[in-house]
Amino acid sequence: MIWNKTAECMSDKKREDLQLNRLRDTVKTAYEKTPYYKKRSAKQKIKYSDIKQLSDISKLPFTSKADLREGYPFNMFAVPMNEIVEVHTSSGTTGTPVVAGYTRRDIDTWSEVMARALTMAGATNEDIIQNCYGYGLFTGGLGVHYGVHRIGATIVPISAGQTKRQLQIMQDFGTTIITCTPSYALYLAEAAYEAGINMRKIKLKSGCFGAEMWTESIRNEIEKRLKITALNIYGLTEIIGPGVAHECEAKNGLHISEDHFYPEIISPDTLEPLPDGEKGELVLTTLTREGMPMIRFRTKDITALHRGKCACGRTTVRMERITGRSDDMLKIRGVIVFPSQIEKALLEMKGIEPHYQIIVTRPHHLDEIEVQVEATKEIFSDEIRHLEAVRDKIENHIEKAIGLRVKVTLVEPKSLPRSEGKAIRVIDKRAI
Amino acid sequence: MKVKQISVFLENRRGRLQEALDTIASAKLNIRALSIADTADFGILRLILPDPDKAKKALRKSNFTVSENDVIVVEVPDKPGGLASVLKVLNDADMNVEYLYAFVEKSGKKALVVLRTEKTLPAAKALKKAGIEVLPSDKVYSL
Repeated sequence: MIWNKTAECMSDKKREDLQLNRLRDTVKTAYEKTPYYKKRSAKQKIKYSDIKQLSDISKLPFTSKADLREGYPFNMFAVPMNEIVEVHTSSGTTGTPVVAGYTRRDIDTWSEVMARALTMAGATNEDIIQNCYGYGLFTGGLGVHYGVHRIGATIVPISAGQTKRQLQIMQDFGTTIITCTPSYALYLAEAAYEAGINMRKIKLKSGCFGAEMWTESIRNEIEKRLKITALNIYGLTEIIGPGVAHECEAKNGLHISEDHFYPEIISPDTLEPLPDGEKGELVLTTLTREGMPMIRFRTKDITALHRGKCACGRTTVRMERITGRSDDMLKIRGVIVFPSQIEKALLEMKGIEPHYQIIVTRPHHLDEIEVQVEATKEIFSDEIRHLEAVRDKIENHIEKAIGLRVKVTLVEPKSLPRSEGKAIRVIDKRAI
Repeated sequence: MKVKQISVFLENRRGRLQEALDTIASAKLNIRALSIADTADFGILRLILPDPDKAKKALRKSNFTVSENDVIVVEVPDKPGGLASVLKVLNDADMNVEYLYAFVEKSGKKALVVLRTEKTLPAAKALKKAGIEVLPSDKVYSL
């Protein structure tokens, strides 16, 4: 099922024409109406009229999260406050939160792209959708909510938490689609198993999972344990919220609603645009946002774009599952390494605690990675050679995963810093 | 014939050995024998003390990684070639010694050596058979 065939199955030519017109309008509005962009455009030579073709977008400067923070709270808005009908914020865990403002039409757009997303997960007006994303300033809850309304399905606005109640309602109401983070889906599966619930007897058929990075192996786990189809949803507050892109049943990348969001992939090093198929940082430009037009927003998310008609019939570009973030990407002797790759390799080994630290140094003009791993009771022995064998095994395993030799150091348990929020996993001591 | 040895994982960090020894001192345990094996990054402190369980608990409480395993304590004639004669027994029986270290104290006129072998019981039996005194654990702990 496709929600909006006109938009989602457009020919390349038609789509590019539409995108160019909308891009020019967006840039004009932003530079004339948004206080932040207005200030910035005074310093730059490029005018919206310089945009003659889509690729001219690369002449425009990027917008970063720091820019949005500088515009806190309302300096990124392009319309007077009486036209803003809703605001949301990002979590703000790493500083001042980012504020997003929506006009009535923006909410309409959000509902539309979310309706497309949910349709990819098989939603029709017959479905009962249990929305476990948090309601409130976070965009997850209400974004899904609006999409469900648009489709005319039944929304169960249960929000996050209260696992027992979630499971009760899932059984009593006959929930068919669930929306939550992938880690919560696994938690729900575990709780269902402990409560002796037979997932085969439950009507649940699919789920839209997002708001955090996850892997194919987690997808397989969720599908196996909940007996559903697990699909990937992508979005961010700065652009609109959830619904920027969603996976169809082909599970071959996430379709971006290109008539509303223009994607580019850039090299995080040179900031130059990269061709389709190459991995780099995703940059998004809104094409229809009224409340808060966003020009070349650097998402920091690492992915690649793929074009061509999908098995599902859609022609919209597909982005790969996010494999990392450019702000935690490491470049070691020219090789790109993500801490998540090292973590994955470590956790595949027995007896290793999920606490580790990666230390990057450059002792003799050559980068070196040291991975500190806590020596647990399980891997400790009174014999040096056993401990050295454990260390070598970890080193070999990581080398296989990232293609680089690292030095593993066994450290004492609980000697690495613990954190309730985001743990500091990487210490870069290179003087660059 | 088996004696319990406590091993402690130590990072090569200033003051860590001191902290481990302080923990044992606070538990009021007197170390009977010890050795330290070390590499560039870490070391292993091995200890024989009167109450291994108490030592283990105290060290774990202070966040040390601890393991316990069996060793043999034998009497060795305190004269040239004394230790060599003991090792010859194990060598002849085709048994590998992982490591060994000596006690400070003597048992009568004999020196005491801690042996960590691949297989503890067969090694102890072979030594006994050759007339070498293998000390029972209670005797070792009360030295």
